[in-house]
Amino acid sequence: MNRLEKTVTADQRQETKMVPVIVDEIIPERDRGRVALECRNLSVEFGGLKAVDDVNLAIGKTEIAGLIGPNGAGKTTFFNLLTNVYKPTRGSILLDKVDTAGMSCDRVCREGIARTFQNIRLFDSLSVEDNVKIGLHTQIQSGVLSGIFRLPKHWRSEREFHERALELLDIFHMADQANVPAGSLPYGDQRRLEIVRALATNPKVLLLDEPAAGMNPSETEELMQHILKIRNDFQIAILLIEHDMNLVMGVCEGIAVLNFGKIIAKGTPSQIQENPQVIEAYLGKQEED
Amino acid sequence: MEKVRHLSKATRSNLITYGLVTAAFIIMDLLIETGSASYSLMGLLVPICAYICLATSLNLVVGVSGELSLGHAGFMSIGAFTGIVVVQLLGSGTNDVVRMLIGLASAAATASVAGILIGWPVMRLQGDYLAIVTLAFGEIIKNLLNNFWLGVDKYGLHFSMKSAMALGLTDGGRVLINGPQGASGIPHLSSFFAGYLLIMFTLFVVLNLINSRSGRAIMAVRDNRIAAQSVGINVTKYRLMAFVIAAALAGMAGALYAMNYSSVMPKKFDFNTSILILVLVVLGGMGNIRGGVISAAVLTILPERLRFIGDFRMLIYALVLIGAMNLTYDTRLVEWRRKIREKFSAKRQGQDERGGVSGE
Repeated sequence: MNRLEKTVTADQRQETKMVPVIVDEIIPERDRGRVALECRNLSVEFGGLKAVDDVNLAIGKTEIAGLIGPNGAGKTTFFNLLTNVYKPTRGSILLDKVDTAGMSCDRVCREGIARTFQNIRLFDSLSVEDNVKIGLHTQIQSGVLSGIFRLPKHWRSEREFHERALELLDIFHMADQANVPAGSLPYGDQRRLEIVRALATNPKVLLLDEPAAGMNPSETEELMQHILKIRNDFQIAILLIEHDMNLVMGVCEGIAVLNFGKIIAKGTPSQIQENPQVIEAYLGKQEED
Repeated sequence: MEKVRHLSKATRSNLITYGLVTAAFIIMDLLIETGSASYSLMGLLVPICAYICLATSLNLVVGVSGELSLGHAGFMSIGAFTGIVVVQLLGSGTNDVVRMLIGLASAAATASVAGILIGWPVMRLQGDYLAIVTLAFGEIIKNLLNNFWLGVDKYGLHFSMKSAMALGLTDGGRVLINGPQGASGIPHLSSFFAGYLLIMFTLFVVLNLINSRSGRAIMAVRDNRIAAQSVGINVTKYRLMAFVIAAALAGMAGALYAMNYSSVMPKKFDFNTSILILVLVVLGGMGNIRGGVISAAVLTILPERLRFIGDFRMLIYALVLIGAMNLTYDTRLVEWRRKIREKFSAKRQGQDERGGVSGE
């Protein structure tokens, strides 16, 4: 199962230039070019409940960042805000200086934010290859008329669709499963296919919602290698929600901790591990006797 | 190699569908030539062709796009009356083939405009609104045409919502659409061959659309709307695209249907017709284009074949429908079909391998 033998090493992490990770202050003008995604005062309320409350967060280009927190902290809600499934009550989301807050979901994707889902959402009845081709939809153009009347443009674009789909599937060595219906894949492969489909949209920022959920330790180890490889090959920023601390501490360069919709801590993995507030959020406060 | 095999799988299935229709056409044509087809069957040929086109087009909405449309007869009606009016206006001076083609094209145009008007507001909503709106649309079109008079004289077209008298036609003027009595004196331009060509055109459009970039997007929206949005697909656009293309094809089928009769009334295209088309699609299998073609042919012939049992006709018809639907999903039969398919694919694979070896 373990196709990549190497384990994560500290040098590998320093291969790409690190940006001062998740920062809370307003980013100085000279550092703007190094930021992929920035949220300012991002908030959403559902009838008085502040699910995400005044979150300030920035992710550097080619940074792997983690978002952790207890259940119900608002992590997935935060992803849904970034992809505009929910419209933020307040705040802005800057993606390369473009404010994507309030755009439609599909527009946000075209601007460069791609995501996977906690509860897998594949196109179950379609083949693995078609799932990736749909991910490539915005990347390769061909109109409806050239499709119906089989104009040369259709054939040209279909060839490109096919080649690029197989290329992308090869990241996870899934090219041999191209014709299998996506719904009949094993659970782990479904998660991997979701990542491939998200990558196909050519994103600037990739959001992974619990990518290791349901995977065994060796699969998780392999996934960590893949996450690093994806970042290095595609040169994109990755923000992931994960409960598996080995994965989070292993691949993330910056971590933000969310609790009750608020960011309670930010920093490098070692800083987070020692942060008393984080320990309190996860384990509860130690009673003094 | 991988690519060739993948392409040929979809293409092979499509070729079987085209071949099936062509074979059926040739066999029927031979029966007619040799005089062994009954008059009642010959009278049914164009309606069968029209219903096959309707089932195929509705399959695009119900099966491929995953929306429920209950007003397909409305588009059929719009296409039928547009076709009749255009053909009548062109007059008998024009070549029949050209007249028919212009009639079909204008039927497709008006039906697709109606499709856009209905679909544009509805497709922006989530949920089952389309079923409700199309249901109302079918009824509204029927009632509008029941109260619609259209005539032509040397001053041009006149229309009225009151009566034929209100048109105020001069001498020599003709009433083209006469309220509840519909249109009469329609030139008989439809033929079995025209019907065959329209089926092939409809299949060509629908099957090619499904196996293209746009078709994948339509199916993506059907399978998972949120995921489709998350990869940048404009959901409204592709739902509307499927709906409007289906409407245009239904309009053409309506024009073909109408030009088989000397007169057509608006009440022919009512809710029952919409449901009949939906039954054809459901029985053939939603999203299964070939199944829809077969069920359209069978279910159009069946009521006529059952005429000998008189009053029990529709009862038997219903029993056949229920039986067919139950049997299709019977677990033992499903299993049996799977085995047969495996046996065939194993045989084919064996042939492929042998072919490969001898090729080397």
